[in-house]
Amino acid sequence: MTDTSMTPAAAAPEKSSLLVQDARTRKRNAAETRFRMYGMAAIAVGLLFLVFLFTSILRSGLPAFTQTVVEIEFTLTQEQFDTAESKMLKTGEYQKIFVNALSGQLNASGLDVDFDNKAIERIVGKPGGTIRSFFLENPDRIGTPVSFELAASSRVDGYLNGRITRDTLVDSRFLMATDLDLVDALQDAGIVKGAFNWNFITGTDSGVDNPGGAGLGASVIGSFFMMLVVLFLSLPIGVAASIYLEEFAPKNRWTDLIEVNISNLAAVPSIVFGILGLAVFIQFAGFPQSAPLVGGLVLTLMTLPTIIISTRASLAAVPPSIRDAALGVGASKMQSVFHHVLPLAMPGILTGTIIGLAQALGETAPLLLIGMVGFVAREYPETFVGGFTDANSAMPAQIYTWASRADPGFYEKAWGGIIILLLFLITMNAIAVLLRRRFERRW
Amino acid sequence: MNDMRIAERKVDTNEVKIAAKDVQVYYGDNHAIKDVSVEIEDKTVTAFIGPSGCGKSTFLRCINRMNDTIDVCRVTGDIMIDGEDIYDAKVDPVQLRAKVGMVFQKPNPFPKSIYDNVAYGPKIHGLAKNKADLDNIVENALRRGAIWDEVKDRLHAPGTGLSGGQQQRLCIARAIATEPEVLLMDEPCSALDPIATAQVEELIDELRKSYSVVIVTHSMQQAARVSQKTAFFHLGHLVEYGETTTIFTNPVDPRTESYITGRIG
Repeated sequence: MTDTSMTPAAAAPEKSSLLVQDARTRKRNAAETRFRMYGMAAIAVGLLFLVFLFTSILRSGLPAFTQTVVEIEFTLTQEQFDTAESKMLKTGEYQKIFVNALSGQLNASGLDVDFDNKAIERIVGKPGGTIRSFFLENPDRIGTPVSFELAASSRVDGYLNGRITRDTLVDSRFLMATDLDLVDALQDAGIVKGAFNWNFITGTDSGVDNPGGAGLGASVIGSFFMMLVVLFLSLPIGVAASIYLEEFAPKNRWTDLIEVNISNLAAVPSIVFGILGLAVFIQFAGFPQSAPLVGGLVLTLMTLPTIIISTRASLAAVPPSIRDAALGVGASKMQSVFHHVLPLAMPGILTGTIIGLAQALGETAPLLLIGMVGFVAREYPETFVGGFTDANSAMPAQIYTWASRADPGFYEKAWGGIIILLLFLITMNAIAVLLRRRFERRW
Repeated sequence: MNDMRIAERKVDTNEVKIAAKDVQVYYGDNHAIKDVSVEIEDKTVTAFIGPSGCGKSTFLRCINRMNDTIDVCRVTGDIMIDGEDIYDAKVDPVQLRAKVGMVFQKPNPFPKSIYDNVAYGPKIHGLAKNKADLDNIVENALRRGAIWDEVKDRLHAPGTGLSGGQQQRLCIARAIATEPEVLLMDEPCSALDPIATAQVEELIDELRKSYSVVIVTHSMQQAARVSQKTAFFHLGHLVEYGETTTIFTNPVDPRTESYITGRIG
C-alpha cells in the first residue's frame, strides 16, 4: 500500500553541498560570534573601569608626592646672630632677616612686588623658628651662605597644583588674592618651586592643621609589623590545619562541620573580626590599644580561612598517584606528605598566602575598632619589640584618617597614600606570580 | 586466542609465600571480595584475571594494605606472608609495604630526577650507608629494571621526561630498590604500547627468579605469556586457581571457560 513511498529514491535525503552553509550551521555560527562579542564587550568594560580608576587615582594622588618649597639662600653674620639672640622675640628677628633676603633676591631678578610680613606668613608660615634652630644647631655655618628650603603652606601648594585657582579662591585670613601675585613673582624668580616630597614617604603623620608635613612612613612601619605577625601566625597554623584536614583527618561529620565553618569564616565581614579583636585581645587579654600586635592578631584571624582554603585546594590538586607511589615504596603517611605532596602544592600555598597577606594589608574595617584608625602616628617605634606593642597606625587606617580630615590638603594625601598602598599590593602580587612560576613543576 | 602461546614450562612447586584465608572486603555496604582463599607461591608469577570490577585489584591491594588508605574499606579474614598475619594489630603497614613492593597501573614516577626516584625508597629505609652505597643500589635497581642502559647518561634528568614504557620500568626499578620479597603489579602494561609491554613482560619473567610476583591483568594473553599460576576472579569470588596451562586449556569451572573463550567479561 505504502510501498511506493518506501522506494530508495524517495527515502534518500536531499544531498547537501559542503560549500553552502545550511540554516542550522548559520544559526550556530551567529550564536558563537555573538557570544564572542559579549565576551569582548565585558573585557572592554572591565578595562575601561580600570583605566578610569588608575587615572583618577594618579591625577588626585600624584600631587601628594610633590611639595611646593620656598628656596632661599642667604648669609647670616655673627653680628646679626648676636643681635637676634639678645632680643625678646628672637624668631621674629630671624623672620625679618629672611624677609630681607627674600626681597633682596626678588629685586635682584628685576621683579618689584610689594609684600608684608603677614603675606610671608600666609605663604611659608613662620620661618623664623626653623632658621633659628638651624643656626643654633650648626653655629659653624654662621657667616657662610646657607640655602633654606621651606615648605609652603598647603594652600600655596594647592594653587601650584591647580587645586586652587584665582576664580575659586575665597579671600580669607589664610590666603588672599594679592598673595597669589607674590607667589607668581616668587615662582618667576625661581624661589618658589615644586620639589619631590620625601617627607611624604619617610615622615610621620602631622596634626590636623598641617597637611604639608604629613607622611606615611610611620604607618608603613605599622603595616609591616602587622604583616610580620600575620605571616608568622597564619602561615604555619593555616598550612598545618590544611594538611591535617586534607591528608590525615578521617572524613566524618566532625570534619565536615569544621570544613563548613572554615568556609563560613572566610565570608564573615571583616568588621566582625575587629569587634572580636577588641573584645578578646584588648578588653579581655589586655593587649595595648592601637598596637600592630593586636592588628596583626585580628588580621591573622581574617587571613586564616583564605590560607586554609587555598592550601587545601592545592593539596587536593596533587594527583593521588603521587601519594600511592610514595606509600607503595614504604613511605609513612607523613613522609609521603612532606617529601612529595607538599613540595608539589607549594606554589599554590605561597600564592594563597601572599594573596591573603595582600588582602590583610589593605583591610581597614577591623582596624577601626582596635583604635588604629584615628591614632595620629607622630613617631616611629624606637625598638623592634616596640614595633609590635607601641601604638601606631597602618597604611589603610592612615588613609582613612586623612580622608576624614577637613583640610583639602589631606584629601590629596589620602590619594597619595592609596598610590603607595597599591604599589605594595602590586609588588606582593607580582612576587606571588614569580614564586608560582619558579616553583611550578609538572607531573 | 591464536596468539596465546602457552609455552611448555617446567612448573616447580615452590614454597607458599602468601596465604589468604576467607578474605572478605567491604567498601561501605558493598561486599567486594567474598571468601577468597588462595596460596601464592614464592619465585612464581601469579596472574589475577577477570572482568572489570571483579575484585582482582582490590584483592591485590589487600596484600600490601594499600586499602588502609581508603576510609570506608574493611578487610576481614587472614592474609599471611611467610606465616605472619599482615592484618595483625602489631603490624605497621609502612614496614609491610617495604617488604611488599607495588607497581601501579599508570606509571607514576615522582616529579624528581631518575636517580632520586630510585634512591627515595632506600633512603627512607636507611638501606645505604653512604653515597657510594646508594649509587650502587640505584645502579643495581635500574639494571634489574632493564632500564639502566637507557638512562645511565641522564640520571639527573627528570623521571617524568621519560616515555611511558621507560617510566613504568623506572617505577619497577623504584619498587625493587627497597629489596622487597613480593612485587605486586596492578595492570602494569595497560597504559603502554605493545613494544613497551613486551619489554616489561620480559622484565617480569626475569624478576621471577628473585621475587614472588603477583600481576593483575586485563589481557588474558598477557596472563598466559608471563604467569605460571592464574587466578580467575568473578563478581568478588575466586572462581578458579591453578596452573596457568590448566586454566587456559582445561578449566574446571564453566565460568572460567566462558571468560577465556570470550563469552563473558
